[in-house]
Amino acid sequence: GTLTHGLRSQVSAALKEGRVTPTELCQRCLALIKSTKFLNAYITVAEETALKQAEESEDRYKKGQPLGILDGIPIAVKDNFNTAGIETTCASNMLKGYISPYNATVVQKLLDQGAVLLGKTNLDEFAMGSGSTDGVFGPVRNPWSYSRQYKEKSVPKSHSEDKEFNWVITGGSSGGSAAAVSSFTCFAAIGSDTGGSTRNPAAHCGVVGLKPTYGLISRHGLIPLVNSMDVPGILTRCVDDAAVLLGSLAGHDPKDSTTVQDNFKPFDLPDLTDVSKLSIGIPKEYRAPGLSSEILALWSKAADLFKNAGAKVVEVSLPHTRYSIVCYHVLCTAEVASNMARFDGLEYGHRSDTKESTESMYAATRREGFNDVVRGRILSGNYFLLKQNYEKYFVKAQKVRRLIANDFVEVFRSGVDILLTPTTLSDAAPYLEFIREDNRTRSAQDDILTQAANMAGLPAINVPTALSERGLPVGLQFIGRSFQEQQLLTVAKWFEKQVQFPTIELEEVKRHDNGVFQHQKSASFS
Amino acid sequence: LAPWVPVVGLEIHAQISSNSKLFSGSQVQFAAPPNSLVSFFDASLPGTLPVLNRRCVEAAVMTGLALNCSINKKSLFDRKHYFYADLPAGYQITQQRVPIAVNGSLSYSLCIDSKMSQMVTKTVRIKQIQLEQDSGKSLHDDTRSQTLVDLNRAGVGLMEVVMEPDMCCGEEAAAAVRELQLILQTLGSSQAVMAEGQLRVDANVSVHRPGEPYGVRTEVKNINSIRFLAKAVDYEIQRQIEELENGGTILNETRAFDSKLGCTVPMRDKEGKQDYRFMPEPNLPPLILYDAKSLPANMNHQQVINIDWIHERLPDLPSVKREKLVEQYGILPEHSFALLNEDGLAEFFESVVKQTQMKPKKVIGWILNHLLSYLKQYSLTVKESPISSFLLADLLNLLEKKEISSTAAKQVLAELWKGEGKTPLEIVKEQKLELLQDQKELEQICQAVIDGQENEVIMMVPG
Repeated sequence: GTLTHGLRSQVSAALKEGRVTPTELCQRCLALIKSTKFLNAYITVAEETALKQAEESEDRYKKGQPLGILDGIPIAVKDNFNTAGIETTCASNMLKGYISPYNATVVQKLLDQGAVLLGKTNLDEFAMGSGSTDGVFGPVRNPWSYSRQYKEKSVPKSHSEDKEFNWVITGGSSGGSAAAVSSFTCFAAIGSDTGGSTRNPAAHCGVVGLKPTYGLISRHGLIPLVNSMDVPGILTRCVDDAAVLLGSLAGHDPKDSTTVQDNFKPFDLPDLTDVSKLSIGIPKEYRAPGLSSEILALWSKAADLFKNAGAKVVEVSLPHTRYSIVCYHVLCTAEVASNMARFDGLEYGHRSDTKESTESMYAATRREGFNDVVRGRILSGNYFLLKQNYEKYFVKAQKVRRLIANDFVEVFRSGVDILLTPTTLSDAAPYLEFIREDNRTRSAQDDILTQAANMAGLPAINVPTALSERGLPVGLQFIGRSFQEQQLLTVAKWFEKQVQFPTIELEEVKRHDNGVFQHQKSASFS
Repeated sequence: LAPWVPVVGLEIHAQISSNSKLFSGSQVQFAAPPNSLVSFFDASLPGTLPVLNRRCVEAAVMTGLALNCSINKKSLFDRKHYFYADLPAGYQITQQRVPIAVNGSLSYSLCIDSKMSQMVTKTVRIKQIQLEQDSGKSLHDDTRSQTLVDLNRAGVGLMEVVMEPDMCCGEEAAAAVRELQLILQTLGSSQAVMAEGQLRVDANVSVHRPGEPYGVRTEVKNINSIRFLAKAVDYEIQRQIEELENGGTILNETRAFDSKLGCTVPMRDKEGKQDYRFMPEPNLPPLILYDAKSLPANMNHQQVINIDWIHERLPDLPSVKREKLVEQYGILPEHSFALLNEDGLAEFFESVVKQTQMKPKKVIGWILNHLLSYLKQYSLTVKESPISSFLLADLLNLLEKKEISSTAAKQVLAELWKGEGKTPLEIVKEQKLELLQDQKELEQICQAVIDGQENEVIMMVPG
């Protein structure tokens, strides 16, 4: 589709007008990836194939026949999506060296529209985690750790010590994708979101993170964490771009029986000026324990923003919110135990050298292939699925899940259009501080504000809002009604315009910037 | 002491006759090169998802209707977890909570005596029919200490038919399975050939004293033919009775039938007390079926499955076919069973009847006593018969017109069997088997015989 609105000095227009070529764009991104290698955002950089794709895109532009707005646009994909011919590892020893024979549907759609696949981004192993710190390729560093904004706020002990020890996490599990977008090494990235894995790192990295409604975008080719909650996530530098990506990815996929049958119509986002007809809900239970006073204040300020603009802002209640962590834990681990059962070393992936028996081969393979986090969840999940426990835990959790989902139904039925909540409890923690607590504890804490939307299957989006006192991004979350992404993104876009979130000031980006990564509010491609 | 009451139930897995597998598009084919019919989903490649095959659902609905079941308009899929080399995903997708069909019945007939002259009808309740995936095959190569895995069969659609323990012996079990086999073949929902693994039967056997609760049951597997089914069940019943009468106990175990020794042996305990950790299959929404009443106005039968539409198009089941044969041709019920028991024989019979003046009641004798025994002797199917219905009808016409005797007809049949392309008439002429109708000619022959046997005639006359 054609996007007729938006600032004309954008990349897509630049490509069309020949002011920049896909190859130049691709090369600059690749160069920037190299000089930001310390971020560890990418597991695999597909340099050769990306340049080839850029070349082909260039041919099309020369002929005046671009495939669409995404043609020639460099994109990164989280490494839990299958990409044919390019390694897919899930940041796990189990799949190190695994080359999938097929493309995930979202990947195929991007390629079919001419996007340039730069590489696969880093994550927590098998998407289990909220820091992007627990993958076999090491943790991802938040680009803002190296920003002028953060550096000038932090107290340096010495210049080099600063850089090494005080770097902050990206959040997770789609940290690599968030960091890639945040550091300008790509124009958009695909993540996944099961309990907040796209929105959380988006908040910490100061980018837009969209979790679409469950069933809107195909999961075929996304290596599952929790089949009933997973969605592909979209990370971009502005809300308009998220709408473009959504438009190119949404729709029924016969290969995924959980996608809805209805025809999806890509939409443009109107420039909302009048919010007086809008009703914004503020769920009181999201004033969670551990929520920083800074974020609380920001949330309040945002609510006032809407109120002052004429919107109706009401406090609402989602009473079952406090059960969501435990409910999520039971359902998530149960599905993990099931989904990981296929990793036995027989058909693909890591296989242990043990030759005593098939059983011992399975055991050794899985011990060697999975990290502690994965194994811990498998054990828990199997426990909950035991015959004697099934009713008490799994079925009970399903019932609680229904209650949590109903909370949202009730609130939306009462006239609220959109919910406004914080996305995270605080700004990004320094890595050394973050790893002092174990993965399970961290996940339980960090997911509280995001996971209910996964339980209910609702669309939700993080919009970067302001910088914290430490100079790090803080975002706020909007949650919408099922399949009402257009409304959700319209409101998000309005809010984005009001807050004017600052652009990250990174040395490396400045060096590579020839005017393409422009100093505007957000270097978007739409 | 009252005699023991044996109780037999059956779990039958019928491979669905379809072009592709239950949840993936790879082909279904017997005896293909190993691992040549394996899709990404069948190999459990990460990120692949199941897509339900419509034809398999239709097959299950047809089978459910033929077995008088209630078809559940909403049924669910579940995962059944265990680790085994032939189960790539580490779980099987099945229907444990709500299967597609429940509460049916199957009527089958037994001969009271061995002469097949009196039949009695019995019924076994069908507990349920569920859709599930077949597993791959694993072969243990002990010499090289390795296991070879072939996933061609992994993911093929199965209908599991559970028969309640209403049967009491091997003969009943065999007859029930035989009837089920015929039904499946008539419907086309499964080819149900046991030798090709398209129909697998596990028997649950227990014994108890009348009035007492059911005894501990054993599960008997590795039964490869209907004949062996009867043997296995009877052996197991006997084994249990002997065990209990000797003061022993029956273990709730799985036993394998050893066809060479004709006995059941405990199976190597490959699973122990398995907890399958059933969980709903999250990638498949509930299976919704419609009937004429619930069908939404804007949908046609191509978009959804309409149970009534399928019901209207069911072919005549074996029991109905048999009734029709008896009614139409005046043959005995036992005959109708025999006709349907052999693939193509009923059609052959009907074809002969059309082409001959001989009464069906007489034709049936020729079919069952002569043609069929030849076929059995030479292990041929009706399709492979060297004698076509045309030829047989031709022969029977000669007999009917009294141009040959019954004895001569048998001789001609033997000659026809050689399949040398001669017509019955040609054979009759060749072998001079014509019945003489001419009175004078007959007298001449008789006289010649008598003349040649003077002494014997003299001795006979006085009496």
